[in-house]
Amino acid sequence: MSDFFQHFGQTVAFIAITAVVIGSALAATFAKSIVHASFALFFTLLGMAGYYFLLGADFLGITQVIIYVGGILVLLLFGVLLTSRSLDQLQIRSRASYIAASAVGLAVLAMLWKAIIRGPWQHVTPVVPQQTTQSLGRLLLTDYLLAFEFSSVTLLAALIGAAYIVRRREK
Amino acid sequence: MQTVWPLFVYLAAAAAVPAGMIMVSFVLGARHSDRATGEPYESGIVSTGSARLRFPIHFYLVAMFFVIFDLEAVFLFAWAVAVRELGWAGFAEALVFIGVLVAALAYLWRLGALDWGPKPFARLSHSRHKDS
Repeated sequence: MSDFFQHFGQTVAFIAITAVVIGSALAATFAKSIVHASFALFFTLLGMAGYYFLLGADFLGITQVIIYVGGILVLLLFGVLLTSRSLDQLQIRSRASYIAASAVGLAVLAMLWKAIIRGPWQHVTPVVPQQTTQSLGRLLLTDYLLAFEFSSVTLLAALIGAAYIVRRREK
Repeated sequence: MQTVWPLFVYLAAAAAVPAGMIMVSFVLGARHSDRATGEPYESGIVSTGSARLRFPIHFYLVAMFFVIFDLEAVFLFAWAVAVRELGWAGFAEALVFIGVLVAALAYLWRLGALDWGPKPFARLSHSRHKDS
């Protein structure tokens, strides 16, 4: 009985999250104003975090919220506010941009579709690890140590690159 | 999944409280449509122009730094949860990770990328040596 409720709850949550993600993604795509598109993207990214939580990947979900919702989206909005053109001119009206965006989107969809079709899917009973964060931390600092340390170098390159670009623009 | 339902209750409550506030104020609030109701200030200086203005580039730089150090924090969270298990070797590895980013921070500090607004030192030297 509780198994039924668990399954039912998961299905309901999945449908609700999917509705939010698809709805907000469509709103982001067809929004006239780029600021509205950014705010719609907020709900899309939040919904992706919901998927991660639903799959038991709590660390990934929190990371999604902290970095994408809290960081990247703010960066996106700042980028919009910093552009030299006024917000009214940033509205997407041209047919060419629609066609180009549709082409890129369809190409990505085709790639994903192929990966989904060809992928060796197998049905296994999901083993949800109780503490993903601890095992992730352990793996990062043992088996994937090189990637972990290299990521700090990548972040260093990003920091210096950002400062360089801003300094060059100030001159 | 069984432990997730309080989260949904919490989310429902978080949505219900502001929605309830807006509903109650909508139902109970007074309505009037006078000449100045739509104005930003019912008494005061009438605003002109657009509120949309360009932000200085420094805001973007700070936002970028935030995202990068945010990412660093996420990696450190993962380490912090497993810190007892990983012991001193993990501590040394994390220290290297932090050290690289501290070096970047020191470099940015020296570069003046963290300075905000009119620079006090630059202004002092400018007032002393006006000819330069």
